[in-house]
Amino acid sequence: MNAMTQPVSPAKLVERQPLALQDADWVRWSLIAIAVSFISLFICLPLGLVIFKAFSKGVAAYWAALSEPDALAAIKLTVLTALVTVPLNTVFGVAAAWAITRFEFKGKSLLTTLIDLPFSVSPVISGLIFVLVFGAEGWVGDWLIERDIKIIFAIPGIMLATLFITFPFVARQLIPLMQEMGNQEEEAALSLGASGWKTFWAVTVPNIKWALLYGVLLCNARAMGEFGAVSVVSGHIRGLTNTLPLHVEVNYNEYNIVGAFAGASILAALAVVTLILKTALEWRQANR
Amino acid sequence: MSILLSNISKKFGTFTALDNINLEIPEGELVALLGPSGCGKTTLLRIIAGLESTDQGRVLISGQDRTDHDVSQRGIGFVFQHYALFRHMTVFENVAFGLRVKPRRERPNNDFITKKVHALLELVQLDWLHDRYPDQLSGGQRQRIALARALAVEPSVLLLDEPFGALDASVRKDLRQWLRNLHHDLNVTSIFVTHDQEEAMEVASQVVVLNHGRIEQQGSPGDIYDHPANAFVSRFIGHTNIFDLEEHDADWLQTAGLPTANWQGKIAHVRPHDIVIEKSTSHSDAFVTLKDWQHLGSLIRIELVKSGSHGSAASVYAEMPNDQFRRLHLKKGDKVDLRIRHAHWFH
Repeated sequence: MNAMTQPVSPAKLVERQPLALQDADWVRWSLIAIAVSFISLFICLPLGLVIFKAFSKGVAAYWAALSEPDALAAIKLTVLTALVTVPLNTVFGVAAAWAITRFEFKGKSLLTTLIDLPFSVSPVISGLIFVLVFGAEGWVGDWLIERDIKIIFAIPGIMLATLFITFPFVARQLIPLMQEMGNQEEEAALSLGASGWKTFWAVTVPNIKWALLYGVLLCNARAMGEFGAVSVVSGHIRGLTNTLPLHVEVNYNEYNIVGAFAGASILAALAVVTLILKTALEWRQANR
Repeated sequence: MSILLSNISKKFGTFTALDNINLEIPEGELVALLGPSGCGKTTLLRIIAGLESTDQGRVLISGQDRTDHDVSQRGIGFVFQHYALFRHMTVFENVAFGLRVKPRRERPNNDFITKKVHALLELVQLDWLHDRYPDQLSGGQRQRIALARALAVEPSVLLLDEPFGALDASVRKDLRQWLRNLHHDLNVTSIFVTHDQEEAMEVASQVVVLNHGRIEQQGSPGDIYDHPANAFVSRFIGHTNIFDLEEHDADWLQTAGLPTANWQGKIAHVRPHDIVIEKSTSHSDAFVTLKDWQHLGSLIRIELVKSGSHGSAASVYAEMPNDQFRRLHLKKGDKVDLRIRHAHWFH
């Protein structure tokens, strides 16, 4: 937006470092070598292997694996899950961040801790919680069966589990930013006669939009990639309740290597795209 | 418009920020809320604005009870200490904001907004910056844009929170003068908060001194300086020498010329310029020594040391014009005679 804040190039940073802080050449080069080999061994190699395996029987087999009905259904369900959970969690996240940074109320620190809960609980446990509540043997199981409502081993369960798992992403991005910004600009807008709604859209949203997008992006990546919690509540019904990560697992267990890795390649591509967008957003935030 | 505050109290948890404040501000005044930090002055300003709620008491603006009105409905303009300009909007859009968010039937058309915003920017002499963003402006420029933005909605009351607090000393001096002239031209009732007594005396037509959530004194700057209502006000407004008669001997003050007949208290506050010094004549009983002096521009502040009856030493400060001091030909360590012209007495 403005030309005054050019990013400092890494070369300049090194130049400016005082001599006393520089390590010997052999230390620097071995550290770089360790980092590079670690990244290639544990990140680049597996990623490459996914692509390699996916195409091991040719492009035609890859396409066939992706266009078979079960695979298509898994992709559809994954996209649907993201389409439902990401907007909901965006709204929840903004509301939670707003409440925490703009109001004083009892139990505020408890709420802040609870927002982090999905991060600290194992996803499998998160899934089990929903089974315990909504499953046939669960608290409200009888009530649901009487009314013929299926939540566990059905799409609503997958949505709920994903919603729970991805709840922290947006709120966690916004809270520190909104804390730092304070609420003076909003107070100024109100004092100029703007309504609360108008203030939110004209003043708050423009100020938080990059952090918000960043949170949404991470939330989306997790919503599409979540395995543990979804695995517990889904029941792995082919063509019905398999999301893409579950589809990969099922195919892998059946030694359908091309099917498994074709699905995995889509998830890997999603990861790469997410990383690129994330970097772009970070750059954007830093250079605002 | 006039402002009337009656019985305003406010607590934050167990801390009493404001304790039964009653205050009347007539139309057209430029009022300073003056006090040390934590005295409740900013809270009071925010209560008038509607940015803070009261625990009890009413806020009346031009005779109408506005206590239960939202900040957006009070018809006030608020200038924040750190300006709170909308960082993603240009200077023009910042000033136009208040006009653009009006309900549709009151909203002026675009031509009118453009004209009005440029007129306001000219008023604050910054029209040439209209397409800049706030982070490209200096502190003084931001302050003036914030003022233009607040004036755009034609508020009946203008409220300013520490308007010069975050500025360089030289910029501050200019802006004070400028604000007073602007107030003179616009004649909108204005209240500003400050902890700087000099600023309050220089800019305001009325000064309200606050301490610990209470009003200590209200009056014109001259009134407050010449007739401080209590020891706190006397100490807070300008420099003063404090003589506690339980520690100092009263004889000394008599020797220095303070008539004892009309003593009304046991603590005397003496302004430095009410102390006159002369070179001691050899036969007088001189017991005050000149220790040092500082140049304050046109004035000289003179530090004197008075040896007490028990050998303890106390500093006394006097002030006199530069040339007068030069004529006395005093050196450090000289014995001087001193005469006190006037004192305020407190208990």
